[in-house]
Amino acid sequence: MKSEFFENIGKSAMEFINTTGRMSIMLGHAALYAVTPPFKLRNTFKQMEYVGVKSLFVVILTGAFTGAVLAMQGYDALKRAGLESMVGPTVALSMARELGPVLTGLMVAGRAGSAMATEIGTMRVTEQIDALYTMAVNPVKYLVSPRLVASILMLPLLTIVSDFVGVLGGYLVSIKLLAINPGVYIGRTIDFVDADDIFYGLIKSLVFGCIIAINACYQGFYAQGGAEGVGRCATKAVVLSCVLILISDYILTSIMFGS
Amino acid sequence: MIEIKDLNKSFNHKKVLDGLNLTAETGKITVIIGRSGEGKSVLIKHIIGLLKPDSGQILLDGKDITKLTEDEWTFVLKRFGMLFQGAALFDSMTVAENVGFALTEHMNLPASKVRSVVTEKLRRVGLVDTEEMMPSELSGGMKKRVGLARAIVMDPEIVIFDEPTTGLDPVMSDSIADLMIETQRAQQTTYIAITHDITLTYKVADYVAMLHEGRIIAYDTVDGIKKNDNPIVRQFLEGRAQGPLKVY
Ligand SMILES: Nc1ncnc2c1ncn2[C@@H]1O[C@H](COP(=O)(O)OP(=O)(O)OP(=O)(O)O)[C@@H](O)[C@H]1O
Ligand SMILES: [Mg+2]
Repeated sequence: MKSEFFENIGKSAMEFINTTGRMSIMLGHAALYAVTPPFKLRNTFKQMEYVGVKSLFVVILTGAFTGAVLAMQGYDALKRAGLESMVGPTVALSMARELGPVLTGLMVAGRAGSAMATEIGTMRVTEQIDALYTMAVNPVKYLVSPRLVASILMLPLLTIVSDFVGVLGGYLVSIKLLAINPGVYIGRTIDFVDADDIFYGLIKSLVFGCIIAINACYQGFYAQGGAEGVGRCATKAVVLSCVLILISDYILTSIMFGS
Repeated sequence: MIEIKDLNKSFNHKKVLDGLNLTAETGKITVIIGRSGEGKSVLIKHIIGLLKPDSGQILLDGKDITKLTEDEWTFVLKRFGMLFQGAALFDSMTVAENVGFALTEHMNLPASKVRSVVTEKLRRVGLVDTEEMMPSELSGGMKKRVGLARAIVMDPEIVIFDEPTTGLDPVMSDSIADLMIETQRAQQTTYIAITHDITLTYKVADYVAMLHEGRIIAYDTVDGIKKNDNPIVRQFLEGRAQGPLKVY
């Protein structure tokens, strides 16, 4: 009974190490193929559109409401210290450094990531990936590289959108509901938020884009067991992407803002 | 000529191919028959490099292709075409894009030239005015035809068929058999097909090989195999539940 327990833990650990190893190899190959001609530009543009269109709406929605909530909660706390004027910078800094990139990452993982995993998983179980191979087309170059590049390029763009609507949401709540002076709000925000804050947030989003694409493609690539297996691979891709986004966010934050 | 020598393959300690030997003659149709789960798909996946054997050789014109690097395979694969069990059409592409895929990927041809080759191959498999349809709009038999057109679009020397008639009605199966014969005669291509469809086998095969427990237990012409007196072969060809082959 007890030994079985430890055996299971050992097995999961081995599987985790195995998966990360193979995923890194796929990432290496995909990155290499992405920069060696012939370039799959058409595929890449199609994927950029796909990632953008799939996720734009939820990114706007979550960004706006998060900014609004931040303003309310921030106001409540800051008022006690007599710092109501700091609501603007609080919202903007939280969005730019953390919530913009992280929320965007989580939303894209849920929308575009799961869709990618489903698409590639379906191609796997219906032998379309084998068909690519038999036609002498490298499936990693053809399928993974464009998605990787598209996801890495689109995440910062979506993050900028999220940052912007977040600040806008915060602004509207502050001005309309909390009666903060618009001039003070904007002035303080400009005073306290540096380009660096936004820039570091965008760097984070690049990493998240990479995590989302490689997870989705990897899970799809190794999907097995028919339609049910495809569903399972999509779930795995989303869950693992979200966990990795949050872990890497912590690591990146401690590197970039730690000292 | 493709010679398979002493091929072994196991999955999780389960032996699927057990010292298998087989030759597929150039310009002939070799049909490999065997029960479900005997390893027919595994065998052809070795021939086309989708799986690597534990040991053994596969000689293509005398050269062992099991040891090729990825780059070398890219060249060898251009000599092959493959029709998959479920046709494996790319479902994000139209019929024309599917059939012309290898041409657009590998040849620097103008779009008009690709289109004319595609139309010609589609006509060869009996499909007209289907170019702009999506795979989801096709019946099973039409998918197989498109798959066949896609497999022969680069005029390969060798075409491999994974169960070309499974899931089709008898009339459609017979038309696929006709197509196989027609397309093979036209170019003297080497065809290798795996199936458990005996009607198809008798109709198209130049040689029949029977796979059982990881080995080829019979290899003969159609007339020869009909006279084979191995009880396992007899039972399979006659499609009886009683006999040495057990039903689980
Ligand atoms: N990738 C794999 N991993 C583990 N086992 C496998 C794998 N591929 C095939 N097998 C096993 O090998 C055996 C032969 O499978 P295969 O698909 O070749 O059968 P088949 O003769 O083509 O059957 P069918 O007529 O049903 O298609 C099966 O028992 C299968 O479980
Ligand atoms: Mg099979």
